[in-house]
Amino acid sequence: MTESFASQPWLSLLTFLPMIGVAGILLRRMTAKLEPSGELDPEERVRIDGVSKNVALMFTVGTFLVSMLVYYGLYDPSVAGYQLVEEVPWLGGGINYKMGVDGVSILFVLLTTFIMPICVLSSWKSIETRVSDYMIAFLTLETLILGVFCSLDLFLFYIFFEGSLIPMFLIIGVWGSQGRRVFAGVDMPSRVYAAIKFFLYTLLGSLLMLIAMAWMYVTAGTTDIPSLQEYPFPASAQTWLWIAFFASFAVKMPMWPVHTWLPDAHVQAPTAGSVVLAAILLKMGGYGFIRFSLPMFPQASADFAPFVYALSIVAIIYTSLVALAQEDMKKLIAYSSVAHMGFVTMGIFTGTEQGVEGALFQMLSHGFISGALFLCVGVVYDRMHTREIAAYGGLVHRMPAYAFLFLFFTMGNVGLPGISGFVGEFLTMAGAFRVNSWIAFFAAFGVILSAAYGLRLFRQVVYGKLEKEPLMTISDVDAREASLLVVLLAMALYLGVYPSAALDVFRPAVEGVLSGYAAAGAL
Amino acid sequence: MGLAETLSFALPELTLAVGAMVLLVVGVYLGERGARAIALCCVALLIAAALMTLVGKPGAASLFDGAYRVDAFAHFAKVIIFVAAGVAILMADRFLGADDLKRFEFPVLVVLSAFGMALMVSATDLIALYLGVETQSLALYILATFNRDSRRSTEAGLKYFVLGALSSCLLLYGASLIYGFTGATTFSAIAEAAGAGDENIGLIIGLVFLISGLAFKVSAAPFHMWTPDVYEGAPTPITAFFAAAPKLAAMALFSRVMVGAFPAVLDQWQPIIVIISIVSMLIGAFSALVQTNIKRLMAYSSIGHMGYALMGLAAGDREGVAAVLIYMAIYVVMNVGVFACILMMRRRGGMSEGLGDLAGLSRTNMPLALLLTLFMLSLAGIPPTAGFIGKWFVFFAAVDAGLITLAVVGALSSVVSAYYYLKIVRLIWFTDPAPVFERDGGPALGFIAGLSGLAVFPALFVFSGPLRGAAETAAQALF
Repeated sequence: MTESFASQPWLSLLTFLPMIGVAGILLRRMTAKLEPSGELDPEERVRIDGVSKNVALMFTVGTFLVSMLVYYGLYDPSVAGYQLVEEVPWLGGGINYKMGVDGVSILFVLLTTFIMPICVLSSWKSIETRVSDYMIAFLTLETLILGVFCSLDLFLFYIFFEGSLIPMFLIIGVWGSQGRRVFAGVDMPSRVYAAIKFFLYTLLGSLLMLIAMAWMYVTAGTTDIPSLQEYPFPASAQTWLWIAFFASFAVKMPMWPVHTWLPDAHVQAPTAGSVVLAAILLKMGGYGFIRFSLPMFPQASADFAPFVYALSIVAIIYTSLVALAQEDMKKLIAYSSVAHMGFVTMGIFTGTEQGVEGALFQMLSHGFISGALFLCVGVVYDRMHTREIAAYGGLVHRMPAYAFLFLFFTMGNVGLPGISGFVGEFLTMAGAFRVNSWIAFFAAFGVILSAAYGLRLFRQVVYGKLEKEPLMTISDVDAREASLLVVLLAMALYLGVYPSAALDVFRPAVEGVLSGYAAAGAL
Repeated sequence: MGLAETLSFALPELTLAVGAMVLLVVGVYLGERGARAIALCCVALLIAAALMTLVGKPGAASLFDGAYRVDAFAHFAKVIIFVAAGVAILMADRFLGADDLKRFEFPVLVVLSAFGMALMVSATDLIALYLGVETQSLALYILATFNRDSRRSTEAGLKYFVLGALSSCLLLYGASLIYGFTGATTFSAIAEAAGAGDENIGLIIGLVFLISGLAFKVSAAPFHMWTPDVYEGAPTPITAFFAAAPKLAAMALFSRVMVGAFPAVLDQWQPIIVIISIVSMLIGAFSALVQTNIKRLMAYSSIGHMGYALMGLAAGDREGVAAVLIYMAIYVVMNVGVFACILMMRRRGGMSEGLGDLAGLSRTNMPLALLLTLFMLSLAGIPPTAGFIGKWFVFFAAVDAGLITLAVVGALSSVVSAYYYLKIVRLIWFTDPAPVFERDGGPALGFIAGLSGLAVFPALFVFSGPLRGAAETAAQALF
């Protein structure tokens, strides 16, 4: 199905569309009117900020529309294998610019283009400083994330994968929250600490993957992903390659015990940053496992599966317990993300159809639900400027609509049947049950615990008496906030009652991955 | 080959040598008045030499009884050296004038050292090698002390000279041992002699001395001590020159000697290069963490980068040498860019060199902030920048040669070094602004910084295919 770049540049168009928006914003800034002193005129700054917001919204929505066009008009869900493939020679010697999607990636492309306009809209009022820089960072981030899901060349994938650190680093560091802490003898704002921790943690994992990539390139003579998935790497090498890739994806996921950057990053990031992080960036790890670890190193994946189960179970139970003890709303949701990602890793390495499809589904659903939960926190944070659970209580009396939405997403996070979270957890556990019933047994504790911390959060924030003085005048969600949450609610509900919409898309690709896996396991 | 034909191959070098002499004489007559004109003439000379190298006689040739070789490898290195030297003169133009340092000797010395570097990258004989190294070094010693009234500058120059002389001694001593045990000075004859007999311990000792001398010239650890002091002490435009072209020339010479003269004893020198590479990367990464002066920081950063480039050389094969060339070409571009930015960091009352002066730059001077951020990310090897492409090729070469440990150490130390590059990015973006810099860098500086910025991203990144092709053709010439 390989086509030239010229005949179907759809994925490239989709990926780089946000960069046109960036160019537009930059152009507007370069033509800005300056005061005689060389400073930017304050009124002009307001105008530029307005233009930046509108351009960012226009281009994220535009990208979403293009992605819908690609999905409904060009993509054929019944076909296994890669579609809309485009290839241009690049570095030579087997390293090319190659894009394409299959059942595993296409829905994450849609998830990204869906979440991004929500991020832009959610920042509409809460970001007040350096608005145009912020919008540029988000548009760039969107391009890089789409590139991760679309690239069919390992080298290209790595560039997008690691490149996405840069805008996220700036988003956390520049627009993050207040507060200071001491690190290595230096007193620095905690957002800076979080940004650096986020960057270095992920970089360390990625660089080990880079060396593994170099080895694969030396051995197979190409970085073309479809070819590498066919290439029989020797079993002894698979072990090391698997570990190197695992280092990268486990940090990104994040899996226990390398998850500690996540609570810091989430707490410090602005609301939209948290949404992107939870809804999309974490999914790159799981995507990597399914795209690379399983098909390329099936032998090692099978050998290491018990190890992954153990880490996943620890993640599910331990981080749920940690979540139970949090005083900070965002931190609580961050730990709950780690726990939910535990279901994903567990599902992937069961190597069963239910497990892998469930993992993909869980990632998709977590994208909507955790994104929405961070938005919910953002709503009250914008009003009260605190994330302390103890600072709230009785919000239902002043914010009934908010209470309803928050309850819905909390229930989704808990895994209430009818909402998408249930399907993913159920399928991954079913997959685990087929392999070893004890794994499923322990994983089930995660569901109970998630109800415990989720309901505790909800009870303390929303129920109870409205006693705290500052809360007396708090206003309910406005139309903008409500519409964002309602859209996410609709998606979570849709996938919850009709999961086949996603599962049918996943299936051909997952079957492809698993047939290779089973063949290697039989050796 | 007749004399005329021989000289026709060496036309760029002859142009530089003769031109520099003529300009020196003219400069003496014109005095300070002619400084600017002479600087421009020197740039023109270097551009002419670069063009001659590019469009001049194609193909390879050995001149002067095998002492000097003109081939694709030399062409590749020379074009970059000449351009980098020309750019260094342009960057200094405004700055030296402002600091009462405007003297015509500066551009002429740069041309002379570029001439020395051209000799280095073409040398295929121990004597030619030494001549090239010394021609280059003598010019650099004087440049380091160029600000005669500054204590720091003279101290830097003296340190550089004494240690440089020591390293030249090591180099000569090594060369004499090699000559003694093989009876040859040309690389091809040495390679033959080294490959013929049994293990030749005298040759190996000579080789170790030679490597030490060369490691000093590329400022690789543990022969790096001079670098931070010289970088900090020398006037900034001169540091900018030091950081780019001489490094590339020395690294090219290093590669040519190792794979040209000693391919037979690869397993003897490979471990030495691996250790030098590892130590350089670690010292570069850890020592830079605590620096507060940006020039010193760049010195340690360059030590680390030499470690990465040596990773390619340690592979000792065609891929490895190609990786060295790609890495160094990108390194030169990044350094030119960074130093152009550093030169733009000036306030009333002189240059700012502290990292703290960069605080909040993104709010006071967005273009400079963006460029510096780009260069720092590229130095750290983060995609999508050219620095990442360089890193990928050296990692690839090391893994290809089975040096996985080396590659892993490289990966770990680049995480450490990412921390201090990010420190600068953090200062630029996350902190409250320091007083603004004057915007009188002159058009040349801004232009050079912008151009290098465009080269780092997107040009060298998107068109890394052709760069790789050129580097591989060049590397092929050595095998």
